Amino acid sequence: MNRAAPWIFVAPAALLIAVLIVYPTFWTIRLSVYGGQGFNFTNFVGFDNFRRLLTADPNFLDLSQFPPRGAVINNILWLVVYTPLVLAVGVVIAVLADKVRYETIVKSVIFLPMAISATAAGIIWLLVYSVDPNIGLLNAVLSVIVRGFQPISWTGSVDLINPAIIVAAVWINAGFVMVIVSAALKGIPVEVLEAARVDGASGPQIFARIQVPLLVPTLSVVAVTMIIYVIKMFDLIFVMGGQNGGPLGAARVIAFTQYVETFNNGRAGYGSAVAVIMLLIVIPIMALNIRRFRAGAQS
Amino acid sequence: MSAAGATLARRRRTAVGTRLPEFLGRTPVHLGILFIGALWLVPSVGLLVTSFRPSDDIHSTGWWNALVNPHFTLDTYIRVLTSRGTTDSLFQNLLNSFVITIPSTALPVFFASMAAYAFAWLEFRGRNWLFLILVALLIVPIQMTFVPVLQLFNAAHLTGNFLAIWIAHTAYGLPFAIYLLHSSFSGLPRSLIEAARIDGSSEFRTFWRIVLPLSVPGIASLAIFQFLWVWNDLLVALIYLQSPTLQPMTVGVVNLLTTMGTQWDLLSAAAFLTMAVPLVVFFSLQRYFVSGLLAGSVKS
Repeated sequence: MNRAAPWIFVAPAALLIAVLIVYPTFWTIRLSVYGGQGFNFTNFVGFDNFRRLLTADPNFLDLSQFPPRGAVINNILWLVVYTPLVLAVGVVIAVLADKVRYETIVKSVIFLPMAISATAAGIIWLLVYSVDPNIGLLNAVLSVIVRGFQPISWTGSVDLINPAIIVAAVWINAGFVMVIVSAALKGIPVEVLEAARVDGASGPQIFARIQVPLLVPTLSVVAVTMIIYVIKMFDLIFVMGGQNGGPLGAARVIAFTQYVETFNNGRAGYGSAVAVIMLLIVIPIMALNIRRFRAGAQS
Repeated sequence: MSAAGATLARRRRTAVGTRLPEFLGRTPVHLGILFIGALWLVPSVGLLVTSFRPSDDIHSTGWWNALVNPHFTLDTYIRVLTSRGTTDSLFQNLLNSFVITIPSTALPVFFASMAAYAFAWLEFRGRNWLFLILVALLIVPIQMTFVPVLQLFNAAHLTGNFLAIWIAHTAYGLPFAIYLLHSSFSGLPRSLIEAARIDGSSEFRTFWRIVLPLSVPGIASLAIFQFLWVWNDLLVALIYLQSPTLQPMTVGVVNLLTTMGTQWDLLSAAAFLTMAVPLVVFFSLQRYFVSGLLAGSVKS
């Protein structure tokens, strides 16, 4: 075999990845210790950007009040509320859809939001949440079933915007969880379920004692994917919360701060520090994936 | 009677004896699943219906009124596609989406196929290490690259040019693309590749004539992913395409939202136009989409 051949095959991809991902990643780490405006990196500030982000930027992290607020806190809220919620909804749908004959149609409907952009999904949910009950379905439904109901500005309220966007994100991603879990469910041997049924186990018992435990490895993979989604999420916040990230920036997340600081506020060094924080957060997941990959490659 | 035979007989008995109660017992399942299905469908239907209603109707009565009292028009779509001015032309944005997406799909699929072939079937020093780096790069936030890549594009005079976003999307798509195709290619039988080599086939010929044709399903699902990813992208386009004449549909819709506020007539039609292409792709190629999803996230 020609010894140069492998390199010819790898070269275009390797070159693009090296120049546009690997090298810029190291360069951004370097930029994160510079201050000032724009793309002039002459003002070396050491770790000041990080110190300011973590102690003196209430939009990023504000521990001085209770409950604490800021982009980091919002990301944590997303992690602890959104991730379990989307997993639960996806699993429930997968299990229910598995029991009916029109499974394919149901799955297509649930999966559909996965195919469209977060931009379009954001517009769809802004319409649902519209404060005018003659436009927004949610306020219209509530004013029918709750007497004396005053329309609520779901995305205009500091307290409601995060739950409102989380619901939209569950609507988008439950289909992803459902598809993966559904495939895993079908991988459980029929004999196992039959045996449990014969032994007198009820539907909910089979679900809780047999299906869920057998799904744990799949769920952990899906959970990691959703956690990465949360850490990187930007589009949905930008569309549903606007350029300011919601009223008083209440919906800002870390990736949103990175964009706003770098491009709207023109603080490229400060924004780079935010990007470095994102990288630090994903490094444990990276290590986990590499370990999983090596374990998979050996077996 | 063997144990298996006994189970089988019992199973048959339960199947016949419990059909009616079982059906009734399943009513909650049916109701639950129909309710969830409706919950998932209604928001999109709302947008679709709104986009076909006359502007006056949209702002005076809820879209659900149009279901009992239908009154539809194509006016908004015509306006969206022909209007020019502060929001620029959404028709231009729609064309741009195609101009951006097609090369940004073809290039990474091709380069990733080549690299994945080398990783799957060729021996070279550092192969395993390079692949581990690739697995790590799958998760690096693209935010780490924006400023240096912009500086690079500025220096190379690529800003204000589609070439910039083609290159960016190609690079950003490569780690996942190589990863996905590697698992697809390495599933091919070893004997096939070796037979080709013994017959004196060059590596490029083996790749082009044997590996690619046999991996069409894997390549198709990757192409669909990349297509949807680029078509639906907002962030990368915001960063690398500042000129309104180059921006894709997603940015056009966001511009509409920021400049005009919640003007539901224009907004709903524009949003539905951005959705139309992914929906067509999704419904015609759903099988590849789902198989790719499973290969990409569950394997290894």
